[in-house]
Amino acid sequence: MFSYYTELALLSFRRSPGLTALMVLAIAFGVAASMTTFSVYRAVSGDPMPWKSGRIFVPQVDTWGPTERDKDGEPRSSLDYATAVALTRAHRGTAQAPMYKISPAVQAEAAASHPVNIDGHAVGSEFFPMLDVPFLYGAGWTLQDDERRANVIVISQRLNGKLFQGRNSVGQSLLVAGRSYRIVGVVGHWDPQPRFFDVVNTGGFTTTREDAFLPFNTAIAAGIETTGNTGCSKTPTESGIAGLTRSNCVWISYLVQLDDERSVAAYMAYLDGYARQLRDSGAVTWEPNNRLRDIPAWLDARHVVPADTGASLLVALGLLVVCLVNTSGLLLAKFLRRSGEIGVRRALGAPRHAIYAQFLTEAGMIGLAGGVLGIALTGVGVACVHWLLPVDIAQLARIDPSLLLLTLGLALGSTLVAGLYPTFRAALVQPTWQLKSQ
Amino acid sequence: MTIHPMISALRRHKAGVILIVLQISLTLAIVCNSVFIIGSRIERIGRPTGLAESDLFLVTQQWVGGGAADGPDALQRLDTMQREDLSTLRSVPEVDSATPINSLPLLNSAAWNGGVALTPDQRKPNAQASFYFVDESVVPTLGIRLIAGRTFNAGEIDHKALGDTNTPSAIIVSNELAGRLFPGGNALGQRVYLDGGAAPATIVGIMERLQTPGTSEFSTRFAYSSLLVPSRMNSTFSRYAIRAKAGQLDAAMHAASSALYKSNPQRVIADDGIQSYASVREQAYRADLGMAMLMGGISLILLGVTAAGVFGLTSFWVDQRERQIGIRRALGATRRNILGHFQLENLLIVGSGATTGIILAVGLNMLLISRYEMARLPVTDVLVGVVLVVLLSQVSTFIPARRAARVEPASAIRAT
Repeated sequence: MFSYYTELALLSFRRSPGLTALMVLAIAFGVAASMTTFSVYRAVSGDPMPWKSGRIFVPQVDTWGPTERDKDGEPRSSLDYATAVALTRAHRGTAQAPMYKISPAVQAEAAASHPVNIDGHAVGSEFFPMLDVPFLYGAGWTLQDDERRANVIVISQRLNGKLFQGRNSVGQSLLVAGRSYRIVGVVGHWDPQPRFFDVVNTGGFTTTREDAFLPFNTAIAAGIETTGNTGCSKTPTESGIAGLTRSNCVWISYLVQLDDERSVAAYMAYLDGYARQLRDSGAVTWEPNNRLRDIPAWLDARHVVPADTGASLLVALGLLVVCLVNTSGLLLAKFLRRSGEIGVRRALGAPRHAIYAQFLTEAGMIGLAGGVLGIALTGVGVACVHWLLPVDIAQLARIDPSLLLLTLGLALGSTLVAGLYPTFRAALVQPTWQLKSQ
Repeated sequence: MTIHPMISALRRHKAGVILIVLQISLTLAIVCNSVFIIGSRIERIGRPTGLAESDLFLVTQQWVGGGAADGPDALQRLDTMQREDLSTLRSVPEVDSATPINSLPLLNSAAWNGGVALTPDQRKPNAQASFYFVDESVVPTLGIRLIAGRTFNAGEIDHKALGDTNTPSAIIVSNELAGRLFPGGNALGQRVYLDGGAAPATIVGIMERLQTPGTSEFSTRFAYSSLLVPSRMNSTFSRYAIRAKAGQLDAAMHAASSALYKSNPQRVIADDGIQSYASVREQAYRADLGMAMLMGGISLILLGVTAAGVFGLTSFWVDQRERQIGIRRALGATRRNILGHFQLENLLIVGSGATTGIILAVGLNMLLISRYEMARLPVTDVLVGVVLVVLLSQVSTFIPARRAARVEPASAIRAT
């Protein structure tokens, strides 16, 4: 029967090619616009570390007081040096690491090469195991290296390729801002987006790479300046990184791994205890106002998904709805125009469900055709997005098999939904009435 | 012509009418909001910076291998290198003038946002502003227009480490900031205090306009409150704004880079370290332009689809009513009457669609406000949308309506 319905549908398309083309085009454009905006939305609202993000937390401690809070009472999103050091010393989580952004110049020590500027982070040793950073060669450094302020460095695969032509460079030395560091590890490809450990500086998305990681304490001792955002409620009395460490400026991001609810509650209690101790010692005058959010909650609170992305997805979905209403209207016109044909089929004994099957097959074929054209248009749309939107976001939008399937499915499903009412009306056609009026 | 027969005709096509009404109202809701988004983005992009933007470019560089970056010796050494760079740049034949600067309008990085107060040691500043750290060449280099007072003289320029307290004796403020601090309009010559400090700075000049580096929502609150501090910032990084001689921008950008490397090769200028101001502007507004074009594209598709829908359904009705049209013609209705019937019928449907559409448009706008922090939709944009949708559907009705008008009276008696 299905092949018969397909044949009937093809016949009907041939009879009104203009109307059919209009419907296919409408579906294709509606689906393509939705899918294009969805590909961007999916990219920016993704979980950078789905297997673990619920166990990684961002602590915020209010060391600035009520006058400096955001509208909703939110404290600063970075920590000052004293707080970061205190949290690291207390070591209450499974793992924890302070970090700040650096952009030093590096140079391979062996060859007299030209220095290059790179971006990276000064981090605590537990950064690597906590975030499951993949290593190509070697590994991160140890807690002892943190304390000893060892001159060690972890570099990216990209920098390793640039300076050492991709050879295993573990054990080699690098000059960073004029000092020599021993390479202990080379990180494989690692570019999490959203850049959850550096939301404060990137706003969530970035095209800069993490090319080097230095031990936090070593970088501070070496006076490597932060190139991240630094917020100060009072200007530091001394200049440089030394001044920052003795100020209450906030410039350090912090992550802590907490494996179950009990340890989350315990950590929150610890943060409040720390803040209360600050107040009791007279350092601050206000009640504790701390936050402890896991990565998804943190990304949400920082509004990492750009407002534009959400708004355009909403508008594109609206477009899809209009296209469906439109298709519904056109299908209605198309089906009812064939009332005579339906009357004859019914009079010859076709049951109602046969009419349903026939017209839904026709709707489905239009949907499929719209879907196939929609895939092509989605390709064009994603290419336009790459050309139109800021690079840090556009680079994330891509077409993959799941998007293709979704496009086809959306086109087929929504056209069938749009076809339901017209089909229902077609099935209501009374055979006798139709035959009489002829 | 009376409305009554039209309404009774429409009653027989309830489903089709409802679908068109629904489509028109959704289209209107989306198009109104898109037009609004496009308009506000274009307005944002069109804001003047206060700079003479052509022939301006920016160099960002870093010295390497200079030893410790802290301490008074380092400060002197870094300042010497910066002054050497400036004289190198100024001696390039294609360069007109150059100034050290921490950031530029729309650069979205390295902004120094601070407070300006009217009394010393004031905890809460009277106004927030972006500070630009520059030297005496700033006015010609950036192409700023002074509306009162004077520019800095060479003796007023000092230098300090990046992040040190600001204690300039003279500053130049933007007109916007002057108005915020001294609503009476007597800002010139007044003393103000920067960043909660105790040392006064005298306002020696007022600029017509100078935008802040940030374009985010936060910075937009004080988008034109800026001031110039006569000071070179010393750090291992340095940044120079340079004005090329008229029409020699490309040559100057090229020459500046090689001249800097030639005078001191121990430095890094990244790939994007030399940027024309046009590219700074393009980057700053790329998201806005993209959004405007995306909304424009979606609106165009939407209007196209709706026009096609109206066209399709009207054609169907014309086919269906061919006999009735013939009867009316036979009874004496002119072609004009028939054309008018369909155009008016369409106006009725679209009119009711537009009415619900306005409600939907406001609803969608409120959703966008609550979820994505957008502004309120102005009435004019809604009216633009209504006019657009009505015109469009009248045009797409015209072709089938004209076909209807050509129906011969004789078709009334022919069998269908």
